Amino acid sequence: MSAVTDLERAAMESEDQRENWSGNASTGHVVEPGALDLSHNVILYLEDITVSFDGFRALNQLSLAIDAGELRCIIGPNGAGKTTMMDVITGKTRPDSGRAFFGQTIDLTRLTEPQIAHAGIGRKFQKPTIFEQHSAFENLELAMKADKRVRRTLFAQLFDDDRDRIAEVLTQIRLDREADRPAGLLSHGQKQWLEIGMLLMQEPKLLLLDEPVAGMTDDETERTAELFVSLAGKHSLVVVEHDMAFVEALGGKVTVLCEGSVLAEGDLAEVQEDPRVIEVYLGR
Amino acid sequence: MRTPLTLRILQSTPRAGWIALAIFAALAWIAVPVAHAVLPDTHPLHLSAYTVSLLGKILCYMVVAVAMDLIWGYAGILSLGHGLFFALGGYAFGMYLMRQIGRDGSYQSDLPDFMVFLDWKELPWYWAGSDSFLWTLLLVVAVPGLVAFVFGWFAFRSRIKGVYFSIITQALTYAAMLLFFRNETGFGGNNGFTDFKRILGYAITSPEMRATLFALSAALLVASLVLGRYLVTSRFGRVLAAIRDAESRVMFIGYNPLHYKLFMWTLSAVLCGLAGALYVPQVGIINPSEMSAANSIEIAVWVAVGGRGTLVGAVLGAGIVNLAKSWFTMSFPEYWPFFLGFLFIAVTLYLPDGVVGLWRRLCARKAAVPDAPPVPAARRDARPVSAARPPVKDPSDLPAAKGAEA
Amino acid sequence: MRLPLPRLLCACALLLAFLVAPARAALDEASLAGLAGDFQSRLDTIEALGVAGGGDEARRVLDALEAGALGVADGRVVIVQGESVVAAANGETLDLAASAVEPLTVNNRVRRALGTARAALALSAADRAERLAAARTLADNAGQSLLPLFERALAGEADDEIRGVLARAAARVNLASADPAKRLKAAGALGESSDPAVKALLAALLEKKGDAWVEPSSEVRAAADMAIHAIDRRIATAETVGTLFSGLSLGSILLLAALGLAITYGVMGVINMAHGELLMVGAYATFLVQGVFRSYLPAWVDGYVVAAIPVAFLAAALVGVAMERLVLRHLYGRPLESLLATWGLSLVLIQAARVVFGPQNVELANPAWMSGGIELAAGVVLPWNRIVIVGFAVFVLVLIWLTMQKTRLGMFVRAVTQNRAMAGCVGVPTARVDTLAFAIGSGVAGLGGLALSQIANVGPAMGTGYIVDAFMVVVLGGVGQLAGAVWAALGLGIVAKFLEGWAGAVIAKILVLVFIIVFIQKRPQGIFALKGRFADS
Repeated sequence: MSAVTDLERAAMESEDQRENWSGNASTGHVVEPGALDLSHNVILYLEDITVSFDGFRALNQLSLAIDAGELRCIIGPNGAGKTTMMDVITGKTRPDSGRAFFGQTIDLTRLTEPQIAHAGIGRKFQKPTIFEQHSAFENLELAMKADKRVRRTLFAQLFDDDRDRIAEVLTQIRLDREADRPAGLLSHGQKQWLEIGMLLMQEPKLLLLDEPVAGMTDDETERTAELFVSLAGKHSLVVVEHDMAFVEALGGKVTVLCEGSVLAEGDLAEVQEDPRVIEVYLGR
Repeated sequence: MRTPLTLRILQSTPRAGWIALAIFAALAWIAVPVAHAVLPDTHPLHLSAYTVSLLGKILCYMVVAVAMDLIWGYAGILSLGHGLFFALGGYAFGMYLMRQIGRDGSYQSDLPDFMVFLDWKELPWYWAGSDSFLWTLLLVVAVPGLVAFVFGWFAFRSRIKGVYFSIITQALTYAAMLLFFRNETGFGGNNGFTDFKRILGYAITSPEMRATLFALSAALLVASLVLGRYLVTSRFGRVLAAIRDAESRVMFIGYNPLHYKLFMWTLSAVLCGLAGALYVPQVGIINPSEMSAANSIEIAVWVAVGGRGTLVGAVLGAGIVNLAKSWFTMSFPEYWPFFLGFLFIAVTLYLPDGVVGLWRRLCARKAAVPDAPPVPAARRDARPVSAARPPVKDPSDLPAAKGAEA
Repeated sequence: MRLPLPRLLCACALLLAFLVAPARAALDEASLAGLAGDFQSRLDTIEALGVAGGGDEARRVLDALEAGALGVADGRVVIVQGESVVAAANGETLDLAASAVEPLTVNNRVRRALGTARAALALSAADRAERLAAARTLADNAGQSLLPLFERALAGEADDEIRGVLARAAARVNLASADPAKRLKAAGALGESSDPAVKALLAALLEKKGDAWVEPSSEVRAAADMAIHAIDRRIATAETVGTLFSGLSLGSILLLAALGLAITYGVMGVINMAHGELLMVGAYATFLVQGVFRSYLPAWVDGYVVAAIPVAFLAAALVGVAMERLVLRHLYGRPLESLLATWGLSLVLIQAARVVFGPQNVELANPAWMSGGIELAAGVVLPWNRIVIVGFAVFVLVLIWLTMQKTRLGMFVRAVTQNRAMAGCVGVPTARVDTLAFAIGSGVAGLGGLALSQIANVGPAMGTGYIVDAFMVVVLGGVGQLAGAVWAALGLGIVAKFLEGWAGAVIAKILVLVFIIVFIQKRPQGIFALKGRFADS
């Protein structure tokens, strides 16, 4: 089928040439995104990022650095630019100016969304975004770390270790009994968990989580916090959240965003005493 | 433990499906050719040339319907330009047929009649090689494929979706139709190609040739059904459906939707082109009206009537509508547009899952077993073969049941 | 020639009479004598009659000549009036039998000379239009003999346009003059023209006959060359203006088609594929109104277009409301299926029109006040019907703008366009807004059909071509952007017309499509999505 090979070639060529992390495809799996350079122990740098929408500055010279293995919480009032920041990191929005690096070498502002996902950044949306017509099992299968180019996907099959891995995550997110239900029928909290599970299947280096516990019960929230804490170290996590109890349970460093820039940074207790933060949250 | 591809293709279709395909193949490859070419005219089971051509034509339409269903039913992309790919395949093969006329045309020239009529002295450059059967086969695949690839590349890259995409495909087809209507384009203008004489030296009107073309059309239909079935049950098919339902999530887990859509889109166009190439010798004419907007949109209606998101539905829909059409246009020609128009409306309003959906609903009602509720067509097909799944409780609860549109 | 005394006296008396009562002016018998002479002198005389500007009497003679009533009897030029014979010069009855008169033959050359003479007479008419027409007629086939007439008329003419025509006519005559200075002046003066015929005349001077130039003076040649360039520029400008204008008029039609679509698409998120058929409904409504006027109000028939405005609007709006109520309402949130269903509606409407009105185009006449046009240059005319349509589009646009910005309904429509759910939550009756918006959108399409009926054929399939174009306008302009739609419609119309002039209609259509696809590549954000975080939801 010549059409297939042509297409594949085009697909390959369009992949970014600068980062050669998707090489060795013969095994059926993508090799480690080799270019991720953590030599300075920093996984994400944002430097002077500015984004404006029709004159409105969503991000204003935002600078931020996340260490490898860190669990960072981002808080801030509505419109502080939290989601826009995630959009910039995942390639959905291009910054007007500034630089965004994943590790020391990967320039995020020049990659597309799938390339960034390949490089090792996973994202959970504010509104749970899952494939509602697919079962939970299939959702995880699709998210599973693999060679995600058309040619490979056409002939992909599930091996036993893949199944085991999916089953493991299903248990972890407590959806093992719902594995074959269409995801659209799950409750809101379950959908949140499913999305987190998809993130885990991707085995990203950096997880961006936008309000992961919205719509969850206290019990579920608590378990989410436990999960995140257990992930930290092996992964780096950036969590955007309004729920202060949850932020406290996570116990990591806290960054306060306001009007598109960093207002304060430090332990939750420290930050909460910062007069500028108090003013932002209570003053108006 | 790696399963061989052939086995997986076999597994992708349930046993009943294979049996149905085998029966169909036996009919198309043995019964019809024998009934047409071997039995004498007087025999009660003899099939006339008209019937065989009509059935062959409908087989080609069925292939187009499968192609349309793959891109619309499974990938959620409604094309109003599939008539273009069909016609391109037809024109590519038509060029060969015109060259095969040789000096038997009314002007006894080496050039096709319409060129002599326009006082052209030699073939335009793009007719080069059109007397070669192999080159023609290449063109039949490559021209619709390339047009679809280039157009799809630009359209999908700009993330044009939904109705925008549909309308732009319609505009593309319209522009192409205008282009082919011009005499200067070199494809016979208004009249297109007709008066074909032979293929590979064999007379095109002989019963054997008719039967062969019919069998080939049937083979193409079987092949596209098997291929389509494999595609939609593979992980590729699940990614495609995922793109349809939540494209941004697909991107953020690392698939590039552009390549997936482009692959399916181009493949769909190539299938249409092949169908067009088989259609032209059976019908005996190809002209620019094949590219009219109405033709392309009618293809969508075949699929909608049969049931979007089921390959069987697409085939059934193409059959039902076209049989109805040939009956109507013979008996009540002026009521056909009314019938077709109301069919469009009725199907979208009352039969969103088409005939197949209706059948399943009736079966479910008859069975009245709570364990076997109707499953939306797209879901049942998209299931992986390996896992046995308990049935869905109530699929009408699915909030995204309508998401297929987006 | 000696004049007999009595005749001289008589002439004096007539002159007196002329002074006292100009209407009774008589002609000099001598000036008519040439008519009795040989053929060439007859032609000269006719022309001279016109050049002399004799007024009614001269016209009477010319009329008689044309009617074949002019003849010669007894050496005098006479007019046969029934049984009696009168003198051509003064109308006095002569004692002659009609049979004694030898009639003057009239052939085509004579008729042409007659035309020139009449035009020459008309140069002194009181009516401006009459003078202008006369000047144009004369300019086309002027000879040396008319030069004094031109000069005299120029001296007495106040109107600039007529002066221009006369001056160029004179220059044209002078171009053949033997005096190089006169030729030079003439060549310069002809540079003011925009007539391709004048250009050809000048170009002839620049040719060589054998070794010698047709025009011996190099100065005159240079002047002619400059004049040619000036004419070329003027023709090019006129053509550009003409193309711009036809682009503008195509743009206004597109705008009328797109305005309605923008409203229905904006509110319901549904592309109404039967929108083109709403144009058709409007056009047929106009046709029916014309029929009613022809049968019952023939005196007012020119006003049918105005009367058709509300009728076309209501007819299309009713059809639109029926479509919304019966079909689209039930397909909310399924845009692709709505597309199919509305396509089905369009099939039904087209076939219905075919059954009711027949498959042929129906005949619609422009009212008198919309026919004709303004001539920019030779061959470049801005037709009145198109000018009126541009104005009509502006009128509709203003109405829509007022409705959208200043009324409560408009506010509701805008609210539903932006966020249906939210609008519903704050108490906007979304279902009613849908229906009303659909009625307005469809009605505007009906008005588009009314406009279209004045410049294009009205037939069952007339609307099919417009849906794609109209949608392109909506896409380019941005959904819910009135100003965007205006720019996009005019831009597309003008670009299409220029491309058409350059590459032909089909290639133009394809180029426009390519242009749109490329444009979308460059500015997907600006067109397809709101900028910001909510773009995806």
